[in-house]
Amino acid sequence: MSEMCKTAVIGDSASVSGFAALGLSVFRETEAEKISKLIHRLAANGFGVIYITEPAAALADEAIKKYRSRKLPAIVLIPAIDGNTGEGMRGLHKAVEKAVGSDILN
Amino acid sequence: MARLNVNPTRMELSSLKKKLASAQRGHKLLKDKRDELMRQFMNLIKENKQLRSEVEAGITEANRYMAVAGSVMQRETLETALMLPKQEVELEVSEKNVMSVYIPVFSPKYRTGDADDIYSYGTAFTSVDLDGAILALSEIFPKMIRLAEIEKACQLMADEIEKTRRRVNALEHIMIPDYQETIKYITMKLSENERSTTTSLMKVKDMVLNQSHNFT
Repeated sequence: MSEMCKTAVIGDSASVSGFAALGLSVFRETEAEKISKLIHRLAANGFGVIYITEPAAALADEAIKKYRSRKLPAIVLIPAIDGNTGEGMRGLHKAVEKAVGSDILN
Repeated sequence: MARLNVNPTRMELSSLKKKLASAQRGHKLLKDKRDELMRQFMNLIKENKQLRSEVEAGITEANRYMAVAGSVMQRETLETALMLPKQEVELEVSEKNVMSVYIPVFSPKYRTGDADDIYSYGTAFTSVDLDGAILALSEIFPKMIRLAEIEKACQLMADEIEKTRRRVNALEHIMIPDYQETIKYITMKLSENERSTTTSLMKVKDMVLNQSHNFT
C-alpha cells in the first residue's frame, strides 16, 4: 500500500516562512482555536506530516493528542524562532515512560 | 484470588483445563511480543533522541539566519521572495509492520528533478542570510522526514507496549491464578464426593450384610 501525502508547517510567520521554499505547505497561525481547527482540517485532507512550532503546539494540545495514536498524520514539534522550549524532547520522554514504566532516557 | 463461579462438575473441569492451557500459551506469546517490542522500541528511541537533537540544532541555526535576514530586509520583500515556491514536495507513504504495529514510512518526491532547486527568488533584493536560512533548512529536511517517521513509530509502539504489558499482567496475575484455583477447587470437590460415595456404599453394604446374615 502506498499513497501520496502532503506536508504542512504551522506556526508564527517568522518561524515557518523558510519552509515555503522547500515546497512545504505553510500555515501562519497563532490563535489557539484556529490552530486546532487547522490541524483537524489538515488531517482530514491528506496531510501525512505536520510540523508545528512548540508555542503553537502548546495552544492546541487537545488536537495533537487526538492524532497521537493514529497512524497518520505524524505531528512533529519543531523549535520556533525565539528558541527551543524542549517540549519536543519531553514528548519523547513521555513515550518512554509510557512504554517502560519509568523514564530511563537520560 | 477469586475462585470462578462455576459448578464443580467434570465437564467444567475439563473445559477449565483447556482454558488454562490456552491462557498459559497466550501469556507466553504475549510476553515474547512485549519483549521484542521493547527491544525494538529501545533502539528506535535512541535514534529518535539523536535525530531530534540534530533537527532541533539545524532548525535553530536556520532560525538564526532567518532572524538576521528578517532584520536586514524589509518584511514585505522577505515575504515576496518566499511567496511562490519553485519546489514542491510530496511524501509517498507506505507502511511497515513491526510486531503487528503498522508504522508509516515516508519517502519524499520532489516536483523538480533536483532536490536542491530551492531558491524561489533572484539574489538582487534579498539578503544572503535568507539563502543561508533556506540552505540550512534544506539540509536538515531529510532528517526531519525521518524524524516524523520515527517519532510516529515510537508513539505507536509505546501505545502497543503498554497494551501488551497490561494483557500480560492480566493473564499472569489474574486469569491464570483464577483458573488454577478453580481447577483445584473442582478436583477437591470431586474427590470429596467420591470419598463420600465410598463411605456410604460401605455403610450400606454393612447394613445389608447385617440384615441378611445377622453378622455382628
